[in-house]
Amino acid sequence: MSELIDLTAAQAAERIRAGDLTAAELFEAYRQRAAADELNAFTWVADAAPSPDGEASTPLGGVPVAVKDLFCTEGVPSQSGSKILEGYRPPYTATVVAKLAEAGAPLLGKTNQDEFAMGSSNENSAFGPVLNPWDRKRVPGGSSGGSAAAVAAGLAPWAIGTDTGGSIRQPAALCGIVGLKPTYGACSRYGMIAFASSLDQAGPFTRDVTDAALLFRHMVGRDRRDSTSLEYPGEVDLPKREDLEGLRLGVPEDLTGAEGGIEPGVRESFEATIKLAEQLGASIEPCRLPHAPQALSAYYLIAPAEASANLARFDGVRYGLRVDGDKDLITMYSRTREVGFGAEVKRRIMLGTYALSSGYYDAYYGTAQKVRTKIAEDFRTAFERFDFIVTPTSPCVAFGLGAKLDDPLAMYLNDFLAVPMSLAGIAAISIPSGLSEGLPVGFQLAGPAFSESRLLDAAFALEQAIGFDGSAARANNGPGRNAT
Amino acid sequence: MTAFEPVIGLEIHVQLSTRTKMFCGCELSFNDPPNIHTCPTCLGLPGALPVANEHAIHFAIMIGLALGCEIAERSLFHRKNYFYPDSPKAYQISQYDVPLCLGGHLGDVRIHRVHLEEDAAKLNHLGKSGRIHGSDRSWVDFNRCGTPLVEIVTEPDIHSAEQAREWLILLRTTLRQLGVSDVDMSQGSLRCDANVSIRPVGSTELGTKTELKNMNSFAFVAKGIEAEIERQKRLLDAGAAVVQETLHFDPTTGSLTPLRSKEEAHDYRYFPEPDLVPLLATEEMLAAARAALPAELPAERATRFEQELGLHADTARLFAFRAELGDYFEQALAAAGANGGADLEPAELSNWIGPLVERIGSDADPASSNVTPQSLAALATMVKAKEVSRDAAREVLTLLVQEGGDPREIVEREGLGAITAEDDGLAEIVDRAIAADPNAAEKVRAGNMKAIGPLVGYVMRETKGRADGGEITRLIREKLAG
Amino acid sequence: MLDREQVLHVARLARLELTDDEVDRMADELSKVLDHIEAIRELDLEGVPPTSHVVDVTNVLRADEPTPSLPREAILAAAPEPLNDGFGVPSPGAA
Ligand SMILES: [Mg+2]
Ligand SMILES: [Zn+2]
Repeated sequence: MSELIDLTAAQAAERIRAGDLTAAELFEAYRQRAAADELNAFTWVADAAPSPDGEASTPLGGVPVAVKDLFCTEGVPSQSGSKILEGYRPPYTATVVAKLAEAGAPLLGKTNQDEFAMGSSNENSAFGPVLNPWDRKRVPGGSSGGSAAAVAAGLAPWAIGTDTGGSIRQPAALCGIVGLKPTYGACSRYGMIAFASSLDQAGPFTRDVTDAALLFRHMVGRDRRDSTSLEYPGEVDLPKREDLEGLRLGVPEDLTGAEGGIEPGVRESFEATIKLAEQLGASIEPCRLPHAPQALSAYYLIAPAEASANLARFDGVRYGLRVDGDKDLITMYSRTREVGFGAEVKRRIMLGTYALSSGYYDAYYGTAQKVRTKIAEDFRTAFERFDFIVTPTSPCVAFGLGAKLDDPLAMYLNDFLAVPMSLAGIAAISIPSGLSEGLPVGFQLAGPAFSESRLLDAAFALEQAIGFDGSAARANNGPGRNAT
Repeated sequence: MTAFEPVIGLEIHVQLSTRTKMFCGCELSFNDPPNIHTCPTCLGLPGALPVANEHAIHFAIMIGLALGCEIAERSLFHRKNYFYPDSPKAYQISQYDVPLCLGGHLGDVRIHRVHLEEDAAKLNHLGKSGRIHGSDRSWVDFNRCGTPLVEIVTEPDIHSAEQAREWLILLRTTLRQLGVSDVDMSQGSLRCDANVSIRPVGSTELGTKTELKNMNSFAFVAKGIEAEIERQKRLLDAGAAVVQETLHFDPTTGSLTPLRSKEEAHDYRYFPEPDLVPLLATEEMLAAARAALPAELPAERATRFEQELGLHADTARLFAFRAELGDYFEQALAAAGANGGADLEPAELSNWIGPLVERIGSDADPASSNVTPQSLAALATMVKAKEVSRDAAREVLTLLVQEGGDPREIVEREGLGAITAEDDGLAEIVDRAIAADPNAAEKVRAGNMKAIGPLVGYVMRETKGRADGGEITRLIREKLAG
Repeated sequence: MLDREQVLHVARLARLELTDDEVDRMADELSKVLDHIEAIRELDLEGVPPTSHVVDVTNVLRADEPTPSLPREAILAAAPEPLNDGFGVPSPGAA
């Protein structure tokens, strides 16, 4: 059994195809581990494999996938970690989830997350915090903390989440797994409960880069129901590259300098990885992203502004929570939203509403959109000289539960290194680069729009050289663990 | 008491007659059972996204071209944020700073802008009145939600309630001819709000305006605006000031009551809709819209009737705005030309449409009456040729309306043909008239022409109006001229 | 930076009935965040066009063809107050 759990998704699919393993056996093995979840990673777990065998022929071989709560799944609870959607079961399924099911990755369960994907610690969830599988006194990162923890702990072979300003890369880093934030538009947003529409993007959480490529390959594609989705150019290749010969990597001082507040342990691991890259044949040079340090500010105007409108539909009229329905209309609205939303969500709705309100639009939202233009330009310029930009994914390793809860600004700074790529809409991946004080550190590579195949290839070469071992997190979690 | 000039601008919402909604594939509803035309998108379910309906955009461009607007090469959709049960997303997708169409004019009223947006849901109110006030529970029907709307905003170029009504009819005819909407005010597919202010005659700056809503018929538009103009006059005359507010017109009482606003603090927080991409009006789209336009729009037709055919301005507008009258008139005109009645002035012919409409009912379409354009043309030509007197022709028209047929035959059958001077019968009747009223005759001889009336009347009676009045007068004066 | 009055005004716009201490906390926290954000207003952004979309596509349109709608039962199943085959709400007109 444990040996079954140590297979990567691609290996498991291979076994199923070869006939040494059935999709049902695999599903059941993971279903049991997910059901026994002690990390609060899951909000709902399937009670049986959806369809009998026969998935062996599908490209994903029936290897089940864990899905972030905010993806709408027909008839299955989908409440984006919020009390305001208590008991909500959508009448339709998100495009990405449907595509994966079609490709042979059935739904294993729904995973915990920060409410409406707002957070970097997964402590802002109506379901309570998710625990980090490496150290249960620490956070898994957020907002896709449940998906990251589930994969790291071997409660799921792989998972999907969403990244708006780091919500895939940062938890992947803090949990020691691979997280890919695709180019904006690569995957359909249809059926994703929106946080910030111009930034939200779905992506895979996997144990290794090969799994990431495999899962991502079946997530991409233009969707007639998402006006902002794009046709993926060509097919996503499975990575095979062993070296980095001829690749030019840029290290943006503007992000990795003092302002980034990068912990010594993280910096150490980052520099070690740079050295490895050099040994693999890459050329490393400093590069400039002059406006990147302003990205966080722009992000905290744009995302809340869009969110303030996206979350306005939660009004107690058509679905979800309603409070004081016997009072007048405005009281019903205000009480429902007051009771239904958590502190961070209210904070961002307030911030976004303020940034859009008359008299402030130009000074805040308008300015932020111009900064966004400059940031995209910075990357375009940088990519003329460099294949990829590299940084640590997160300035710090997993921090203690509650450590940053009452300091929003400190919490926001976790995404200092992740947000610029989100604003530019480009591709970025985080891979584990080692441990610092026994906790995983993430290494981020960012490439131009639709450079995923090359990005995955480079990440794969590095991954082989790093040889990160995440088995401890699996061993220490799930049934029959010997927890530390 | 100062004289005031009303200044009126209209805001018209037009439901487009596409098959499906603006941003989803739900079919439009025609008084269907509640909530059967909804989907995740038009119901504002979490995670749903909008995709714009290309046919709605085609219709909007047609309207823009028909109104002589500038079609923006690139326009954007915005989110207009407000909480109300009829707005499932709590924002309406609309166009804000870059609308699809700018400028233009219809008749003598300039168009400010034309933009695309989505309709709201229908809010129904429990309680006897069925109206919002006094009801404590309401329920939402989302069938209408997301229906494509075009909003047309005029410049404040209208200066009377009647002008507003007439212009609105011109707009309806125009839109109907484009085939882009049912334009039925009673069904809500054409809705009109009015911004009304008044100012002392001669002054150029605008007074404080109020916005009138819910005037759901052409008559009510006129009534509502009239009532508001009067209300504002009374205020200003009394030295009070007009307050900027939204007023709800109550058709039953004709009264205007301030409307509770959707947001106590009006701040729509417009920002570009991130779920939609910019809209480009490509050459192909423009060409397709142009090709779909009718050859001649009502405003152009009115001008042609007045300037080329020399019809009276009011008649020209009537025939243009009521296309069925214009069509009938033009067919009759063609017939007249064909039957050698070429010397018949279009204006003369046009004078016979009125009497025809009187006889068939003012709302009826003459084309579906017993009177063919050919026979109306024939009748008018006969009058022109003095083959039948005007009065007799009216009788013929009445018979035509009743039984149809050929006017010439009816004139024969009823012996309504004109009696002319050459006809000695007429001279003989004139003699009898003079004999019957010697002292009237005396006065006329003495040069008092007023006295000729009774004599003419006698002849008219005797000839049952078949003789031409001018002829009769001429004959009598001959006889009495010593 | 942001005082109680502003917080209350914004909360009204956002339809959030904040408790008294929430209002104070909000004023304090939002002010801190806005102080940090202020920095971007020092940048010279003269003539820089705003970015609201990173994808540069235009005219993503659908043909005017019907797609199936949801059954009424399905949508009303989630309704807090089903009423007359619709969604019940306190009447906006109620005093
Ligand atoms: Mg409007
Ligand atoms: Zn729909």
